[in-house]
Amino acid sequence: MNVLWEQFPVFRDGFLLTFQLSFLSAIGALLVGTLVAVLRISPVPPLRWLGTSYVNLFRNIPLTAVFVFVVVGLPLLGSSADFLKIPGLDQIFTRLGIDLPYFRFSIIALSLYTAAFVCEALRSGINAVPSGQAEAARSIGLTFTQNLRFIVLPQAWRAAIVPLGSVIIAMIKNSAIAGFMGLYGDLSSRGQELVSAGVNGVTYPLIPVFIAISLGFLIMTVPLGLLLDRIEKNRMVKAR
Amino acid sequence: MAQPLIELNSVNKWFGSLHVLRDVNLTVDRGEVVVVIGPSGSGKSTLCRAINRLETINSGTITFDGQPLPAEGRALARLRADVGMVFQSFNLFAHLTILQNVTLGPIKVRGESKANARERAMQLLERVGIANQADKYPAQLSGGQQQRAAIARALAMQPKAMLFDEPTSALDPEMVGEVLEVMTSLAAGGMTMIVVTHEMGFARHAAKRVVFMADGELVEQAAPAEFFGNPQSERAKDFLSKVLQH
Ligand SMILES: Nc1ncnc2c1ncn2[C@@H]1O[C@H](COP(=O)(O)OP(=O)(O)OP(=O)(O)O)[C@@H](O)[C@H]1O
Ligand SMILES: [Mg+2]
Repeated sequence: MNVLWEQFPVFRDGFLLTFQLSFLSAIGALLVGTLVAVLRISPVPPLRWLGTSYVNLFRNIPLTAVFVFVVVGLPLLGSSADFLKIPGLDQIFTRLGIDLPYFRFSIIALSLYTAAFVCEALRSGINAVPSGQAEAARSIGLTFTQNLRFIVLPQAWRAAIVPLGSVIIAMIKNSAIAGFMGLYGDLSSRGQELVSAGVNGVTYPLIPVFIAISLGFLIMTVPLGLLLDRIEKNRMVKAR
Repeated sequence: MAQPLIELNSVNKWFGSLHVLRDVNLTVDRGEVVVVIGPSGSGKSTLCRAINRLETINSGTITFDGQPLPAEGRALARLRADVGMVFQSFNLFAHLTILQNVTLGPIKVRGESKANARERAMQLLERVGIANQADKYPAQLSGGQQQRAAIARALAMQPKAMLFDEPTSALDPEMVGEVLEVMTSLAAGGMTMIVVTHEMGFARHAAKRVVFMADGELVEQAAPAEFFGNPQSERAKDFLSKVLQH
């Protein structure tokens, strides 16, 4: 286990990039997932169909395949996802702005894949909102969009927060694939480097390196899990 | 004669093969209070819900304030803003305070200023007797208080008519009175109302007309004294003998 102490800066840097990747992908997944959920419950049949197809596609193919489609497919289409070079945001998350696109590609792949699960968690939340709520909103003249925005979604979010949390935890773990799909600098790619190329001619064995990587993930996922437990407990107390 | 506010012409509605509204004709004048009674499953709720298009109809026409009901979109939303609806189960927005429940419509639908909406909401809550509950959440109120809040929420839209679907049926007996009191004063104030209820006392005293429904049909309608004193149809007689026995 000496590797963790000897190469601590490597793991620290890797952890920081994995954290950034997870954070930005979580935001992306929540945004896209909410949009897909709205499509899925839309009164317009073609939109509904689009939402359902999205979920059925992304929920049922391996994440690795999504990564391949994004990492190989986008460049074929001539895109290096420059729309994610968001001014201001790229000052905080400097990897967003650089010319190598793999950080942006990883965000896209993780967001698109996770959005399908976010959509389903949200939809279960929406179904948990009694139909009388939307009906009362309609009866005072709120439009479909206002109804969603002011009445249904705020309540659905509350009901969905625990399942959403599980989705995000899964996504954080899934982000480890990015390091095998072109991204350099996250926990898994830095770990791999220690095993294969090593540092100053010293290579490290696989198992201790991956134990250290796992520790890095636990630092993110365990607190999130504890937070969810608390939210759930609070809710049970309130419901009594 | 002035145009009626609500007019239903040969309205038919099916749920699958179940014929829930059979050729219903009904007109309600401005300021009129109509009580709808009838056995369970006779289509009273469906009739109410059809008037603000929470339920679509299969044939016939419904006009409100001279206009046929819009099919969908903004026009329909505008119509619904003009028709207040009070539900059996209150349906207050669970994540909003009582005050927010009442101000949401005026602010988001009518584009009223927050201060203005708030002031009117407090007046309305005062009027239904729960101004001191304004900052609580619906779950913290009794059923009677929730239903009065729901009435205030509907009134805040300054509707041209109010629909009540069994507003007191979900209440503990001791809370029925406080809600009926609010409704009675509304009726006295000239609000156009359609009220589905089993409260025969309210029908007798506050209604201008009683409409009796059975099996989706509008069987008979008359002024309360006439209807309760001298029902014409067998079904109404039968229904009244059952209800009034208790
Ligand atoms: N969404 C629906 N789908 C199918 N059938 C329905 C639906 N809503 C109501 N019905 C049926 O239509 C008939 C009329 O229902 P409605 O609720 O209008 O009756 P009601 O007179 O209000 O009865 P109650 O006094 O029990 O409230 C009933 O037989 C009911 O089961
Ligand atoms: Mg009913």
